[in-house]
Amino acid sequence: MGERIRLQVARYRPEQESEATFDEYEVPCPKDWVVLDGLNHIKDRIDGTLAYRWSCRMGICGSCGMTVNGEPKLTCATFLADYAPGPVRVEPLRNFPVIRDLVVDIGDFMRKLVKIKPWIVRQAEKPLADGEYLQTPQELEEFKQYSMCINCMLCYAACPIYGLDPKFLGPAAIALAQRYNLDNRDDGAGARMATLSEHEGIWGCTFVGECTQVCPKHVDPAGAIQRYKLSAAVESMKSFFLPRGA
Amino acid sequence: MSEGHVYTAYHPRWLRQRISTYWWLEKPAYLAFILREASCVFVAWFVVYLLLLVDAVSGGAAAYAQFLAWSADAPILLLNVVSFLFVVFHAVTFFDAAPQAMVVHVGQTRVPGHLVLAGHYAAWAAVSVFVAWLLASGQ
Repeated sequence: MGERIRLQVARYRPEQESEATFDEYEVPCPKDWVVLDGLNHIKDRIDGTLAYRWSCRMGICGSCGMTVNGEPKLTCATFLADYAPGPVRVEPLRNFPVIRDLVVDIGDFMRKLVKIKPWIVRQAEKPLADGEYLQTPQELEEFKQYSMCINCMLCYAACPIYGLDPKFLGPAAIALAQRYNLDNRDDGAGARMATLSEHEGIWGCTFVGECTQVCPKHVDPAGAIQRYKLSAAVESMKSFFLPRGA
Repeated sequence: MSEGHVYTAYHPRWLRQRISTYWWLEKPAYLAFILREASCVFVAWFVVYLLLLVDAVSGGAAAYAQFLAWSADAPILLLNVVSFLFVVFHAVTFFDAAPQAMVVHVGQTRVPGHLVLAGHYAAWAAVSVFVAWLLASGQ
């Protein structure tokens, strides 16, 4: 464990200060250490007051998203050696209020997520005796990509539209709405449309595309939004030209 | 939540990170986005220019000759060259975005994105060839 690297970590202690500052720590840098390992080393061996979120350490829970050298990253999947010789600057996710150090308030995203009803909505349940709802591989393929979202919010941190207008529903919420809209077992597209078609819904997006670039699970939220815009425009044209239905 | 209130254990004081006015200079991707947004101004200018051309053609040979002379002025020529570059940038970025927005199925099979993109470029080439043929046949 000869190699070492410097981490410049953003600190915000609201009971002491009103602005963020940076503390610098030197941590080991073996080739299999990720940024999160460096933060855990600081917490365990150097400074136990450092606050940050993490859980699974394997890119599933989505809780360790932070800004690493200016880019939104899952710190459990970002290797320290890639930034050698350093230093590595670790900051909280952008576009969210900071509670302490690297911990941000995700309440805004959680409230928006519920608004798009991220569950299968059924008009009527079929009797249990009729068995499960079967789905072909092609039907699964329609939405599977969007179902890979882990709610890590890197896309919100990368989106300048959300940063400038926090009312914007945002990339992950819209991608998850599409995950259910495109599921052939779901009947909730109409119920979601009111939220999605608001000015702060899909039309708030101007297709910067960075949400897709930073997504660690290749969900392509930008694609989901543009796809919904296209289908919403087609539906709007249909209702204009065929007011009594096609 | 006011900015001035005192921190307590059960009422944390959030730190709001300010976004710089020049956020669009922070990343090449953000700059490309702003240039793409700005390109709509030049697209609009080409529409106006086309309408002026139609007006000049309908005004007779003298009006048309005057329009050509005006178009050859250095400022207008420069504006049109810059506009052309922006319109090409607009078209290319628009086409690049098409496979993300358009999901095309043939029967049960989803058409791959690169074929959707190729279709757009093929349509662009076909229209360009038609316009070139129209101009050449009118000589």
